[in-house]
Formats: sequence, C-alpha cells, structure tokens
Amino acid sequence: MAMTAAQTDIRAPARWQDFVQLLKPRVMSLVVFTALTGLVCAGQPINPILAGVAILCIAVGAGASGALNMWYDADIDAKMRRTRGRPVPAGRVQGADALALGVVLSLFSVMLMGMALNWLAAGLLAFTILFYAVVYTMWLKRLTAQNIVIGGLAGALPPVIGWAAASGTTPLNAWLLCAIIFFWTPPHFWALSLYTSEDYAKAGVPMMPVVAGAPSTRRQILIYSLLVVPLCLAPAFTGLGGAAYLAVAAAGGLVFLLLAFRLYRSHAGETSGQRTSDGLYDVRAGARDARNLFAFSILYLALIFATLLAEHLAGATPLELLV
Amino acid sequence: MSDPNRESEAEWKARRGRNIALALGLILFVVLVFVVTIVRLGGNVANRPL
Repeated sequence: MAMTAAQTDIRAPARWQDFVQLLKPRVMSLVVFTALTGLVCAGQPINPILAGVAILCIAVGAGASGALNMWYDADIDAKMRRTRGRPVPAGRVQGADALALGVVLSLFSVMLMGMALNWLAAGLLAFTILFYAVVYTMWLKRLTAQNIVIGGLAGALPPVIGWAAASGTTPLNAWLLCAIIFFWTPPHFWALSLYTSEDYAKAGVPMMPVVAGAPSTRRQILIYSLLVVPLCLAPAFTGLGGAAYLAVAAAGGLVFLLLAFRLYRSHAGETSGQRTSDGLYDVRAGARDARNLFAFSILYLALIFATLLAEHLAGATPLELLV
Repeated sequence: MSDPNRESEAEWKARRGRNIALALGLILFVVLVFVVTIVRLGGNVANRPL
C-alpha cells in the first residue's frame, strides 16, 4: 500500500466520531436489519437480551471489518471522490489505529457471540469478518472484476448468522436469504459503478465497467436481475414467506426487471463525467437509468426483508406452496 | 515563545472525547458480560445445591 501525503502528515486530532465513521455505520445498519430478519425468521424462542447481544455482536463485527477495509484501502480511497473524505485518507486517523480498532472489535464480537449465544454463530461471524477483510479487501478487490460478486458473500451472511444465533442451526431457508442478498449485490453495485467508473479507473480498481466496458456490464446486470427476482419469490414456496411477502416480492420484482431492462437498453456508463456532485444520486440524464436501478435495488431489498420480518413478528402463516 | 510540544485546546478536547468514548465502551462491555452471565445461568443460581 502506498502511503498518501495526508496519512503521513497527521495534524487534525482524531475525534471519537472519526472512529465511529471507521465502522461504516450505514453499512452496519443494513447488516443489523438483515441479521434481525434471520434471527426472527428462525422462529425459536430466544431471550430478548441474548437476541440484542447477538445483533450487537453482528453489528460490531461488521463495523470491525469496515475498519480493517478502511485501513488496507486508504491508498485507493484517497483517489476516489466517494471515499477520499474517510478518516484514514483524510489524515484524521492513523492507519495503525484503524487496524487496531478492527482487530480488537473483531475479537470482542466473536468471543462474546460464542459465549453468549453459540459457537456456530460465532464461527460464521469470524468467517464473515475474515472473508470481507482478507478475501475481498486484500485479495479480490484489486485482482478481478468478479470482486464484488464473490466478495458479496460477506454482505449476504448476516441473516444466516442471525438464524444460527437464535437456533444453533442453519437450515436451507437461512441460506435462501443469503442467496437473495448474494445475487442482489452484482446488479446493485454494478449499477452504481456504471456512473462512478472513472473513480475506480483512477484508483486502479478493476470494477466490471472499467474492465469489460459499459455494454457488457449492463448485460450482466440484466442476467443477474433475471436470477435474483425469481430467487426473491422463492421464500413464498419454502415455508418462509406469506401472502404479503409474495405480493411485495412479485410487484417489486417486476419493477426491478423493468428498470434492469431499461438500463440494458440505455447507454449508461458510456460517457465520462456522469455525476453532478459527490452525492451518490446526483447524475446527468445519461446515467439516470443506472441511478434508478441502484436506488430501487436498495428499496427492494429493504422492502422484502421488512415484509418477512413483519410477517414473522405478526405470526402470519407462511404460504408453503411447495412444502 | 510557545512550546511546540504543548497540546492545543482542540487536541485536548479530542483526546478527552476519545477517552470518554473508550471508557463508556469498556463499561458497556463489562455490563454486557455480567448481564449475559446472569441470563445464561438463569434459575440455576438460586437452585444450585449448597
């Protein structure tokens, strides 16, 4: 890793808020939400305090892997508009401090999960942290355009960890939730990278639009969308989701496919300077189809997990169309 | 002439904030371990053979 000028010239004192920022709170909130869904869907009686500890451990573990990612990627973060304001590249926190925070929180979260809940959940949490920090961040991200496809497993595992924490097992339905997030990640992330590819090219990160070009990326987004939408309907057939879930997943899935098809037919990602500000959603007309799919993909995932969560909390009867 | 090694007001405030956050984090961890121990042991504490 090349040290940036900002890293070696630490002037601004690190505030506690900078260390919170190292934990990627926005990513953490999505992880908490999907893990909670897995924990509730397990349908096992669990002490509410232990359930809270399980969610806290998963959140802290996700934060720890975020800190390790920011430590290792400080050199490329400094080159990208979206990430140059992060504490390490901006020089507010030293890389060694980010590393120490990541390692300490990883150990604490895994050990507490093992002692308070069970060692299956702790093992899965440890695997997730290592996979994100080592396999994705240190290895795949700079090596292959399939980086976020394979690395997406780390973001897909929290519902399985939540399920394991509640029940001590990981049945097929838990892995179905994992598969939904896994196959959702490429269309979600590639839609974003279609209009941020200049940043990735500048930083030397082989994101799909940089390596394969925009038309190929749009085609692959469509293929993954055709895979993920039927997968999102599957819980209604496996005894996990009810009628409300089927309705939300089907209606949202149609919109998802429509947006993916419009993106496929567009020329998004073929011209430079598609963003009008540092914000993730401010784009020029040519990139709107990519921005729309990116934004809707977040809403779609949140909606289907929220519906599953609501159904299980309300005690709704699963459809069990196939079982 | 001012001492270049002397901590500025902003540095002092930032360090104090970090120390308080660290202390609260450690206290929370200790409380969590205590509460988890009590929950896991449950009624076995009262019912154990003496």
